Amino acid sequence: MSTLHTVNKSAFERNSLESCLSVCKADASVLLIEDAVVSALQGTSVSDQIKQATDKGIKVFALGEDIKARGLSEKPLMDQITLVDYSGFVKLTTENDRVQNWL
Amino acid sequence: MSNTKTFVYINRKAPYGTVYALESLEVVLIGAAFEQNVKLVFMDDGVFQLTNAQDPEGIGMKNFSKTYAALGDYDINQIYIDQQSLDDRGLTIDDLQALVYEDEDDDWNEKSSIHLVNREQLSDIIDSADVLLNF
Repeated sequence: MSTLHTVNKSAFERNSLESCLSVCKADASVLLIEDAVVSALQGTSVSDQIKQATDKGIKVFALGEDIKARGLSEKPLMDQITLVDYSGFVKLTTENDRVQNWL
Repeated sequence: MSNTKTFVYINRKAPYGTVYALESLEVVLIGAAFEQNVKLVFMDDGVFQLTNAQDPEGIGMKNFSKTYAALGDYDINQIYIDQQSLDDRGLTIDDLQALVYEDEDDDWNEKSSIHLVNREQLSDIIDSADVLLNF
């Protein structure tokens, strides 16, 4: 019985990602969408936070369309993060039992 | 007394997730018609507004990032980027568009409009403003 968490706010600006990760179970998935995708780049001030979560077993994904929109396609993402497209987004919602949106 | 005032626009939001970036750009372009002294600051997530290679077709939005290149033609050539904000986000100046203007006082030579600044310089820029607009 797993949960998909979606985060749509930049972790540099809001504490949505921090709150999300603080209550995530080890079998949870976290999908970064909209402005939250900026947190997926390598070597940022929030990278450690994400690495701690994936070390616990939490799976973290980022939506490719939103990364491309913001001109970040050529920038390396953190190794711990899996890129998905809109179909992948749909698949994640079907693979999990519920979706928690951190608006 | 001079009728020219210094307008400082502070941009702190990433593009596309909210409408702030686009609204700011529109206000700046409209304001340019009044021939004031204009300075643009990009700090915090605002630095993402100037990334090159933006392509929002996949999220069904219009790519307005190319419009920044027109700022030089509107005599808006004081653009300040906060270095600390780039560092915190794993970005360098090479990830951003090169914005230029033609200097009429120097034989129309093309010069960069972009200045990398630290927080101390930013505080001076804020203090130089007659009017501050935040987006």
